[in-house]
Amino acid sequence: MSCRKRCKREIFKFAQYLFRLITGSLNNDSVEDELELSAVRHRPEGLEQLEAQTRFSRKELQILYRGFKNECPSGIVNEETFKEIYAQFFPQGDATTYAHFLFNAFDTDHNGSVSFEDFVMGLSILLRGTVQEKLNWAFNLYDINKDGFITKEEMLDIMKAIYDMMGKCTYPVLREEAPRQHVEVFFQKMDKNKDGVVTIDEFIDCCQNDENIMRSMHLFENVL
Amino acid sequence: MAAGVAAWLPFARAAAIGWMPVANMPMPVAPSEKNKRQDELIILNVSGRRFQTWRNTLDRYPDTLLGSSEKEFFYNEESKEYFFDRDPDVFRSVLNFYRTGKLHFPRYECITSYDEELAFFGIIPEIIGDCCYEEYKDRKRENAERLMDDQEDNKDAKLPNMTFRETMWRAFENPHTSTMALVFYYVTGFFIAVSVITNVVETVPCGSSPNQKEVPCGERYTVAFFCMDTACVMIFTVEYLMRLFAAPSRYRFMRSVMSIIDVVAILPYYIGLVMTDNEDVSGAFVTLRVFRVFRIFKFSRHSQGLRILGYTLKSCASELGFLLFSLTMAIIIFATVMFYAEKGSSSSKFTSIPASFWYTIVTMTTLGYGDMVPKTIAGKIFGSICSLSGVLVIALPVPVIVSNFSRIYHQNQRADKRRAQKVQKARLARIRISKTGSAVQSSAFLHSKRNGLFNEALELTQLPYKINLSDQSSIDEDQRLSKSTSLLESQHHHLLHCLEKTTNHEFVDEQYYQQSYLEAGMQNYPSRSPSLSSQDGVTGTCCTRRSKKHHKPLPNTSAPAHIPPLKHTHQLGLQELSTIHIQPLSTSRSSLNMRVDEQAPLNCQSSQITTAIISIPTPPVTTPEGDAHLPAGPAHQNVVKVSAL
Repeated sequence: MSCRKRCKREIFKFAQYLFRLITGSLNNDSVEDELELSAVRHRPEGLEQLEAQTRFSRKELQILYRGFKNECPSGIVNEETFKEIYAQFFPQGDATTYAHFLFNAFDTDHNGSVSFEDFVMGLSILLRGTVQEKLNWAFNLYDINKDGFITKEEMLDIMKAIYDMMGKCTYPVLREEAPRQHVEVFFQKMDKNKDGVVTIDEFIDCCQNDENIMRSMHLFENVL
Repeated sequence: MAAGVAAWLPFARAAAIGWMPVANMPMPVAPSEKNKRQDELIILNVSGRRFQTWRNTLDRYPDTLLGSSEKEFFYNEESKEYFFDRDPDVFRSVLNFYRTGKLHFPRYECITSYDEELAFFGIIPEIIGDCCYEEYKDRKRENAERLMDDQEDNKDAKLPNMTFRETMWRAFENPHTSTMALVFYYVTGFFIAVSVITNVVETVPCGSSPNQKEVPCGERYTVAFFCMDTACVMIFTVEYLMRLFAAPSRYRFMRSVMSIIDVVAILPYYIGLVMTDNEDVSGAFVTLRVFRVFRIFKFSRHSQGLRILGYTLKSCASELGFLLFSLTMAIIIFATVMFYAEKGSSSSKFTSIPASFWYTIVTMTTLGYGDMVPKTIAGKIFGSICSLSGVLVIALPVPVIVSNFSRIYHQNQRADKRRAQKVQKARLARIRISKTGSAVQSSAFLHSKRNGLFNEALELTQLPYKINLSDQSSIDEDQRLSKSTSLLESQHHHLLHCLEKTTNHEFVDEQYYQQSYLEAGMQNYPSRSPSLSSQDGVTGTCCTRRSKKHHKPLPNTSAPAHIPPLKHTHQLGLQELSTIHIQPLSTSRSSLNMRVDEQAPLNCQSSQITTAIISIPTPPVTTPEGDAHLPAGPAHQNVVKVSAL
């Protein structure tokens, strides 16, 4: 925009401001400018469809939905609410970063909000899925940019997020290098061909050979 | 934990699968849900009105009547419902508290009945949400004042055996108690009035002899006025001495405002008596007579309104101070401006800035005497701005003072602010106490950790040998303890436990963290913890070896150098494991010690404990296989770790 036009615009705005100053209507604009929170309402698909798509029974879906709707009456969760809810479980630390990654993992269609369907699909995999599916989900969580490879930087971010949840008052005292060292350990274990990234096959292979991890995958099966 | 969020606990636990591939240690076992019933509707019959809710909803707050087993006392077998003979309207708020996690106070409800219902259902009023808390507090305070006023009326009741002194004091303070007191009250009032009128009339010019100019009455009828003055002062002195005699605490009485006014009122007379002969100080003597006007303040004993006015001014001290300060600022600014504006004009009255102060004050308070007026145009412009702003500056704090006065006058409160402060502190203390009783997440988690979740420990150890537990009773006790925490809590604790395992660090509370942090800073290597000294005989060998290593100044020696010593002490470690396990939980440190031992048997190389205290990094994890022969390794390291503290 040329200089003259800009000047004219500025002068016009100033004149408007003076006029509003005189008539005493200076503050009204701020009220109108506020974006109205769009009242988004989302109703989930019917119970039968969800029953078919997930591995939950009818009753379980009912219980899940009641809890979901209680916390999010509008039917969808946005990232802020998600972070708040998750942070309540970890009072001593800061769970927001990890919640952010979790949110991205649940929000499969990447529209910025998690609906009940997304929520229930995610839970179905986590609680009732095969080990393969669970590992897939975990890989998807770690792979922040969803390119099929876990790099050291991504893993470091995830690790820092997990350690953040511990907070400050830990025993032993949390040091700066702890996440980095943990990532090193992880890569040593997982990265078979030492190319600096972990692919999905390496990941699944390695996890299936690890007793601990296999056992822990079945830990939360009877959660609901 | 907020009630609604409890419904998301399954989600949080499911999401914990994201930590599993990252963790290097085995996870603790999930708490079993032994009594998992299908969620059922229960009926609460409150004086005929039936409320229905899920059982889980009520279980969210296990320290209230409805959330605990106390409600079984009200179970009605025939109708299969819980019957409460209470107010159904208030019960609505109570039940909503369970549903939403927020307690609201309905405005139409009576404060005492609401309090009673809350007390019955075991809910502390402090958790009323912020939206309703102000209202609740105000109503409660009003109620308390009303009760106090009622009590004060009873204060005048005559106690059977009162000494003469006490009777006199009561007569002075509450004149309507006896006729004598009333008479005294009116007599003193009359004399105060007489004295004030005398002072005023003294200065009126009355009559003039033709040869002299007008003389004030005081100088004409000196003797008469002197007699009147003497009489009044005598009465006041007698009254003061009698009050002094009757006061329960003479020192406190002498410090009170009213007695100071009394003294100031009668002192000039006596000083005058002493000093009549000396002509030099007659000027000062005259000034002293000014203080006689303070007698008018003695009226405040007789007037409630005056006392309230005085109290209002005291309580509005900050507004008055602000008014004064802003006025001073404005005066200085405008005086300066006017002075420089009027400097040019000749024969200007604005000779200096302090001289302009008078003009500014008179203009800002819109008095406008007219003895000083600006003559230049600039002066007039600034003068008008000055008067306009004066109106604003004075008008602002005045409504505050007025509203304060009306509030105090209507409520007639005295030491309210002092009481409010105590209540605020008490409220916070009560919330804190009740929260530590119920589940505050962090401390509850740490609390349950300290109690030692032996069940989990047992199930996790898959050592080839089973530890022979001689101390069966302690196990039972811990089982009972773990049952007492609700299922929700135990699941939440399990989740936090998994996180600890994933990151290989533990949650500790604030003071423990401070302790360990401080000790890390002080690098107190040779000191031994009490827990270890108790096991000195058993762990002596390994510890001495360890402590030798501590003296080395290198912070991060490479791991392999430390592996050989580990192997040596393994046999010892196995025995130690059993002995340590049987030891009772004496201190929190020893229990932490024990717990960590239990749960880290399998994966010795897994622990990547890099503490600030011991600079021995654990050997890096090569393979995550569980090695039965090295179970005591990390256990050892953990033992050693504590000893360095």
